[in-house]
Amino acid sequence: MTVDSQPSAIVVEDLYKSFGPNPVLSGVSLELAAHEVVCLIGASGSGKSTLLRCINLLEPIDSGGISLLGQEVTGPGVDANLVRRQVGIVFQSYNLFPHMTVLRNVTLAPMKALRVPRAQAEEAARELLTRFGLADKQGEYPDRLSGGQQQRVAIVRALAMKPQIMLLDEVTSALDPELVAEVLDVVRELAAGGMTMLIATHEMGFAKDIANRVCFLEDGMIIESAPPAELFTEPKDERTRRFLRRIVEAGRL
Amino acid sequence: MIGNDPAFGPDHPQYGRADSPPPLSAGVSAGTPAAGFFFGGRGPRLLSGGGRRATVVSTISTLVVLAAIAAVFLAAPGSSEVRHTFFDPHDMWQSFVGNPKKGYYSVGAAIWLNIRMFLAAEVLILILALVIALVRQSTGPVLFPLRVLAMIYVDFFRGVPLLLVMYAVGFGLPALRLSFISSQSFAVYGVITLTLSYSAYVSEVYRAGLNSVHRSQVAAARSLGLTQGTALRYVILPQAIRNIVPPLLNDFISLQKDTALVGVLGAIEANQAAQIYGSTVFNYSSLTVAAILFLVLTIPLARFTDRLIDRDRQRRLAGAVT
Repeated sequence: MTVDSQPSAIVVEDLYKSFGPNPVLSGVSLELAAHEVVCLIGASGSGKSTLLRCINLLEPIDSGGISLLGQEVTGPGVDANLVRRQVGIVFQSYNLFPHMTVLRNVTLAPMKALRVPRAQAEEAARELLTRFGLADKQGEYPDRLSGGQQQRVAIVRALAMKPQIMLLDEVTSALDPELVAEVLDVVRELAAGGMTMLIATHEMGFAKDIANRVCFLEDGMIIESAPPAELFTEPKDERTRRFLRRIVEAGRL
Repeated sequence: MIGNDPAFGPDHPQYGRADSPPPLSAGVSAGTPAAGFFFGGRGPRLLSGGGRRATVVSTISTLVVLAAIAAVFLAAPGSSEVRHTFFDPHDMWQSFVGNPKKGYYSVGAAIWLNIRMFLAAEVLILILALVIALVRQSTGPVLFPLRVLAMIYVDFFRGVPLLLVMYAVGFGLPALRLSFISSQSFAVYGVITLTLSYSAYVSEVYRAGLNSVHRSQVAAARSLGLTQGTALRYVILPQAIRNIVPPLLNDFISLQKDTALVGVLGAIEANQAAQIYGSTVFNYSSLTVAAILFLVLTIPLARFTDRLIDRDRQRRLAGAVT
């Protein structure tokens, strides 16, 4: 495995993906350097989530290519499980395992996929849970936690696999407004720690201050990609301007 | 023939009565309504509305209903014959303990065969049905022929009456005169039949359970790098099974009763032993004994299910009310 930043963390080349007759991604190309944080913005249905799911190999692609950490992952003979162990993904709806305690949620994958002994996996899990203020929740079942807590557990669960890349799929969209901050703080901490992240989000303010770059998607294409200061203040494309205008009208920027 | 032995004939002073009604079919025995159903369980669930007054009212109305049923039963013109034929304490006891010298088996001992067949069949069904369900849920093109086979299997065994399968297996396999397959006991053929037939039903229950687990759970498990098998075992199946415990136990209660059908092959299980007692002594209280024994088996299973469900819910929601 590549230890550090030589190759790009994520390279997406001319990616096409459709669900039946509906094209969802129409020629997406994107490159993330190691430790870079890129936010994907765009209306619902613009293809942000699908792009993340394709990168995690949860969706088969129609054409194009994806390389992670210098390795082509969309070709034949790639072990998707090995790829996924290096790429954590967190979903909008948390998707915690409801029949397991928080601790077991976090330790399951390290124990079963990486064969980490239980004691060691639990110690690592407790460390992570403590770091994100969840130490007292390790014995709880997910449905007893608030949405913000559940989402933080989901992030911890992904981190327990020690991924080199994190994909965040609208992780605050299902949360009550007062719970959004606690989750975003966690993401900020990850960014500060140098985690390579690709983040689909509706939180423009958050994108503005965390991202190295912001990509605006519409109709399955990246319309514009620029540092946030540039994209949010002087967008070049008319479609980006139109989208941002609507966001401002909705009071979300 | 036992039935023609003068000692057990219709004129025998103790067993045969001239005024015995013609034998009724096995299913007609009128069990007394089980009072425990109304009072034995958890009060709040059966008696909604709560409060002392509600309890008193429901108790009285229950007693009135029971008394009315009892009155109709006792006042019926044929009441004394029915009571004698189906509820004679002496015959009930005799058939329960059995007496080989007089030509009939103990129903109480025979029920053990039902229990053993039930336990063996249950384990086999849980395994076979799961395999069938997983095959039917599979997606790969390589498994297409297996999927078709599984579908035909389920269609076939759900469509053919269990009794016919019982005859086909119980009399057909021995007739093949194969070395191992044809030399088993009727109980073994019974278990094979029950497994074949019930696996078709239970596989559909499993399938419903697998479908009840949201696809996002699969995505979450796979995204962590778990293989399909690991995801299935630790994430999907536990949730699926939790969801299907009630219908699964419903099927197993039914299975417990259907072990009685193995009697048609000649295996001495409770129902067969009771029938033999009836045709030997011409008193059908033995069937009531068999019915009671089956109830004794099935009711605890039902209560056990309730408790499992309760415990699981409480564990996951413990303290949520604080």
